[in-house]
Amino acid sequence: MADAALPDIKPNTQTPRTGVGWLKRSLDSDVFYSFRRSRMTMVAAAITALFFLMALLASQLSVQNPFDPAQLQLMNSRISPLWTADGQSPFLLGTDEQGRDVFSAILYGLRVSLIVGVLGVVFAGTLGITLGLVAGYFGGAVDSLIMRIADVQLTFPAILIALLVNGVAKSVAGNRLDAMSTLAVLVIAIGLSFWVQYARTVRGSVMVEKNKDYVAAAQLIGLPAPKIMLRHVLPNTMGPILVIATINLALAIITEATLSFLGAGMPDTMPSLGTLIRIGNNYLFAGEWWIVAFPGIALAGLILSINLLGDWLRDALNPKLR
Amino acid sequence: MLAFTLRRALQAIGVMIAVGVISFSMFRFAGDPVNQIVSLDTSAAEREAVRKSLGLDDPVPVQFARYFINAAQFKFGVSYQFRQPVANLLMERMPATLELAACATVLAMVFGILMGVYSALRRDTVLTKFFQAVSLIGISLPTFLIGILLIYLFSVTLGWLPSFGRGDVVRIGWWTTGLLTISGLKALIMPSITLGLFQMTLIMRLVRAEMLEVLRTDYIRFARARGLTTRAIHFGHALKNTLVPVITVAGLQFGSVIAFAIITETVFQWPGMGLLFVQAVQNVDIPIMAAYLLMVSLIFVTINLIVDILYTIVDPRLRSTISRPA
Repeated sequence: MADAALPDIKPNTQTPRTGVGWLKRSLDSDVFYSFRRSRMTMVAAAITALFFLMALLASQLSVQNPFDPAQLQLMNSRISPLWTADGQSPFLLGTDEQGRDVFSAILYGLRVSLIVGVLGVVFAGTLGITLGLVAGYFGGAVDSLIMRIADVQLTFPAILIALLVNGVAKSVAGNRLDAMSTLAVLVIAIGLSFWVQYARTVRGSVMVEKNKDYVAAAQLIGLPAPKIMLRHVLPNTMGPILVIATINLALAIITEATLSFLGAGMPDTMPSLGTLIRIGNNYLFAGEWWIVAFPGIALAGLILSINLLGDWLRDALNPKLR
Repeated sequence: MLAFTLRRALQAIGVMIAVGVISFSMFRFAGDPVNQIVSLDTSAAEREAVRKSLGLDDPVPVQFARYFINAAQFKFGVSYQFRQPVANLLMERMPATLELAACATVLAMVFGILMGVYSALRRDTVLTKFFQAVSLIGISLPTFLIGILLIYLFSVTLGWLPSFGRGDVVRIGWWTTGLLTISGLKALIMPSITLGLFQMTLIMRLVRAEMLEVLRTDYIRFARARGLTTRAIHFGHALKNTLVPVITVAGLQFGSVIAFAIITETVFQWPGMGLLFVQAVQNVDIPIMAAYLLMVSLIFVTINLIVDILYTIVDPRLRSTISRPA
């Protein structure tokens, strides 16, 4: 029996790394197995995917472009959600003061929130990974300088740093920032507030990895340091980075929403979910709860599902916890 | 012990100098201070005079030294929007923030420890599941959403609690307190819950993890073997030993509670330092931003220093490893 099975196995082990082989390998992996085992994680992944899809297809799914004043009609203002007594079709979740469809506004706001969140995480990750690699690989004075800065920064909450970066940027620009540059400032502010965790994690792994034989071999054949760091050491530190990035995405979205809520983020002309909540908050006392409630639910749902994914990923990639 | 304390103190001073440099560069280089003070039709000669009177034509190191000496005496310059000394504005609003932060921390400690102990001792009850759900919400819901939710429930719908402000305050010396009036206490409830919820989840998770760890140790097994009551074991032996890290974390977190008060104060229009800071960021009032940064860093650094030193006093094991030369 065993002999008969051998020829079947052989070609399998030599499968070239085509796209299909890669897919098959990941479907067989431990991580995917633990994904299928956890129903909560599958729901969270589905919801997260749904949010991304909604943001991607915002212009197709919405009944109007909520930020084009020409498409808004004051006649349609303050309509309550469809299922209430005063609801009117096509406004599923009602409209706000200016006749803006709340559902469409959420779709566009979701898009802005996700763009800022993802770019912020990418920027923080790039900055943190680079500094962590340099600190861990070279050690010495560079290492202590970078890690000292990280230590000091870690004592300050991210939101404070982000607010300061924002205030300084506004001051340099003379308090006149258009929507796109505000978005850039937010990405930079988030990046500067969250790089420390990446740097520390990468540095820790690099210090372990750099004493291993494969790094010595790479050094011996004369590869330049940046190449060793990026091609050889970095791939071996990716697991924890992925976990941090997922959890940081939720934090970045919260930070962006908070900044926008505080009036230091996205302007009313290009609102994110946080801006929508700030605007809606003004109508809470007038009894128009839907203007603030639905963006709030969208934000909470998004963050909760990303957090659940992050928790699962942390457990799945860490065999010690199993 | 003394060497350790001194080294930590030196480190703290180093951090303060670094923050001072950042604060000074914001003050000096982010936008032209002269433009913020003069009006549009001020002549060039007058601008020069203002520049000179502010000492802005001195060499930068001289300016930095002056800024530092002034800051050490709590002179932070004049706010652009209020035209008042920043120090006065901050002092006026500090009691509100400190009272809110203290209440939130006490709330978080009491409920966090209770919930943590309960969920460690009774691991599979419905109430434990409920606590864990609450802790997931506490971490996932942004602070301002919790505040809005509370306002909608208790102010708009039920009308039980005020949605903004501090209520009536009593003045004791330069300190104003809302703790002595009914309306002040009522106004404090929702902001404290909003601010404390995140801390509470943190403490609950920590207490639970520590308790589970401690309950597995040998001395607890020994205590059981001695026939002590469960109550004495859980609260006399186990809880006592989990409290050291809890108090440390709560102490260290007090700084970030003050920083997070920025959000809570904005939601509830609480007249504290955080609200002042947010308004300063919105209106690009650099002197207030720089001074707030300095003040908050001073609070952070002081708390960190005290916690570090207290830790070595509370835990003798740390002391011996530190005083013994390596």
